[in-house]
Amino acid sequence: MNSSQLLSVTTFIYGVAAFLYLSAWVFKKEGPGRVATWTTLAAVVCNIAGFLLRWVESYQLGIGHAPLSNLYESLTFFSWTIAVLYLVVERKYRNRVIGAFVLPLAFLAMAYASLSPNISDRIQPLIPALKSNWLIAHVIACFIGYAAFAVAFGTSLMYLLRSKPSAAEESLLNRLPDPPVLEELTYQMVVFGFLFLSAGIITGAVWANSAWGRYWGWDPKETWSLITWFVYATLLHARLMRGWGGRRIAYLSVIGFAAVLFTYFGVNLLPGLHSYGAMGS
Amino acid sequence: MNRLWKFFISVKLTVVVLLSLAATSIIGTLIPQNEPAEAYRQAFGDFFYRLFDVLDIFDMYHSWWFRLLVAMLAVNIVACSIERLSSTWKILFPRVPPFRMGKIRKTDNQQAFNSPTPPPRLLESFRRHVGRGFRYLRVEEEDSGYRILAERRRWTRAGVYVVHTSVVLLLAGGLIGSFFGFEGYVNIPEGEATDTIRLRNSDQMIRLPFAIRCDDFDVSFYPSGAPKEFRSSLTLLQDGKPLLSKDIIVNDPLRHAGINIFQSSYGRMPGERMQQATRPPPESITLQLTSTETGMAYEETVEMGQTFELPEGAGTFQFKEYQPAATFMGQNIGEALIGHLTPAEGKPSDVLLPLRFANFDKMRRGRIVISVVDVQPEASDTNLATPPRQRWYTGLQVTSDPGVWVVYLGFVLMLTGCFITFFLSHQQIVVEVVPKEEGSRVTVYGVANRNRIGYRRRIEAISGSLSGIADTLESGGSP
Repeated sequence: MNSSQLLSVTTFIYGVAAFLYLSAWVFKKEGPGRVATWTTLAAVVCNIAGFLLRWVESYQLGIGHAPLSNLYESLTFFSWTIAVLYLVVERKYRNRVIGAFVLPLAFLAMAYASLSPNISDRIQPLIPALKSNWLIAHVIACFIGYAAFAVAFGTSLMYLLRSKPSAAEESLLNRLPDPPVLEELTYQMVVFGFLFLSAGIITGAVWANSAWGRYWGWDPKETWSLITWFVYATLLHARLMRGWGGRRIAYLSVIGFAAVLFTYFGVNLLPGLHSYGAMGS
Repeated sequence: MNRLWKFFISVKLTVVVLLSLAATSIIGTLIPQNEPAEAYRQAFGDFFYRLFDVLDIFDMYHSWWFRLLVAMLAVNIVACSIERLSSTWKILFPRVPPFRMGKIRKTDNQQAFNSPTPPPRLLESFRRHVGRGFRYLRVEEEDSGYRILAERRRWTRAGVYVVHTSVVLLLAGGLIGSFFGFEGYVNIPEGEATDTIRLRNSDQMIRLPFAIRCDDFDVSFYPSGAPKEFRSSLTLLQDGKPLLSKDIIVNDPLRHAGINIFQSSYGRMPGERMQQATRPPPESITLQLTSTETGMAYEETVEMGQTFELPEGAGTFQFKEYQPAATFMGQNIGEALIGHLTPAEGKPSDVLLPLRFANFDKMRRGRIVISVVDVQPEASDTNLATPPRQRWYTGLQVTSDPGVWVVYLGFVLMLTGCFITFFLSHQQIVVEVVPKEEGSRVTVYGVANRNRIGYRRRIEAISGSLSGIADTLESGGSP
């Protein structure tokens, strides 16, 4: 079995885990929940095994490098960090409903990596610019940050659902954790993510300085990571200094995660200025 | 004056400035920055071009209004710090650390238990146990009982100042760099030397205190055709005498006298013959195809009229025709190839590839950047005695930034400051022991300025151990 197949299996297991968490929540059953935890653990093990196998395979191809060099590889790592972080949260807060909102994100990231026709799962050699020790530190820091923001996004969604006035009567929403717990969890995740996003931006800047002689160049990706940083910095100031809480913080966290997604995927879609398609005739 | 000060110390201003910075930064990612004026005029039309130009949209991160926002942020940070300095000072360095019992008694982080041992017999053991985890400790007698007051990590309340100092340092470092640093480019053909470079985004040239000679340039490729390594052997010359030599590759620059020289790009010398364009129409061309998504580069050789599949499923490309004197925006750009691109999604279009400008196609901002690396047959050069081997030139980026160490110090402070602020907390504990019947009633209170959930667990654990100590004392043992 090669790493791509192993990671496809991982995608499937994440899907099963997400489904189990959702059914445990919807049908109010303990059983599927407990199975879901073990399924997630299995997916995490499979995921890291696939990651390590890919690393080994790249050495067998004679182009050895850590599998963190393209969209496919970073997505598989992203899923893994989301799932690991979620398992820690589940253990600490002893609540499985959160899984119904977080595991689908890990599944979607993996499914996008495995199924999108635009993403190649071939192991490719490193281009010269990526040959740096900063690559690993930079990518890992960024993705731990992104994963924490993903979990915060899940808990913010839950908060927005749970804090609706009608939520107390609806049994489905009733079973979500209490608003104060969700609020605290969102904050904890944002703080954790903020530290790692800062570390990610900083390692990226140091790397850029050692590769190109400038630590900051306002390119779209850099700029969007800074925009994300601004959004979460706003959230922290609003909460700590102005006592914001509740829905407003949840909305900011959702906006922040949208900025994360744009930093990650959207930057490639930015429209170009020059379209001179009619030329040459 | 007072109102102005109030304006600058408000957190509302912080929130507004941060969100404004986030929102306006988006503009510069949607509109490519620092492109030639002609390209903007073409894309936006005359009216919007002038409007955007007045607003500095085309170089917005260096515009007066963006700098004003950044300056507001800096002033806001400094003003807030000054405003809170005296109160923070008192909090950080109190003569006697205050314990506000009124507030502490109200905390829901408290544990209580009864012990048959009377209060005085508990004091020494309790004091020793609490003192193990908390650096500061004092005992206050009260009524018939006493309170053990202890705390730790009061200094972490300064963490937020570390973070804010770091932001100021980052801005200061950037300012130093923009005043005293420079950033430029130079292309040096193999075997030649120069001491003049062109500054980024301007036509200005500056002279370096030394000359750079490119002794050799090599590029190696992976079997897939993607570049593996660019290597330039450089020698720095002062007054014609060599100072030092070094091979540089991407990610491993040459640094000398505060000036850094980076491997940035490379190319083949166009040669004088290209300009004369006395070639027959090319029969086959070799293209380099660089993916903007994966950064991978591929090579493909095609004949006139032939169509091939672009890598990474990006569509197909047909080599359509050759023009000895093509025009772009009314300018003669010399020899060019015209290709027909049918992308996987979107409308097919013609692509212009001028031979003189290898990076021309980057402007199209397509998924695949196409550049011509070779044309066969070569131009007939009867009057040239150059060797058949084509010469390379190395593209170097030359920078100097005396502010970079200030920025790096800012980076270090930012990370340590964030860690202190968010993950460490100022924790206080109060163990109150009062007599109850024959024994005592013990209450443990804990207050922390952050991470209250974690601290609650700690207080539970401490209360548990104190209860255990009390039991051992009762049964006559020594803890």
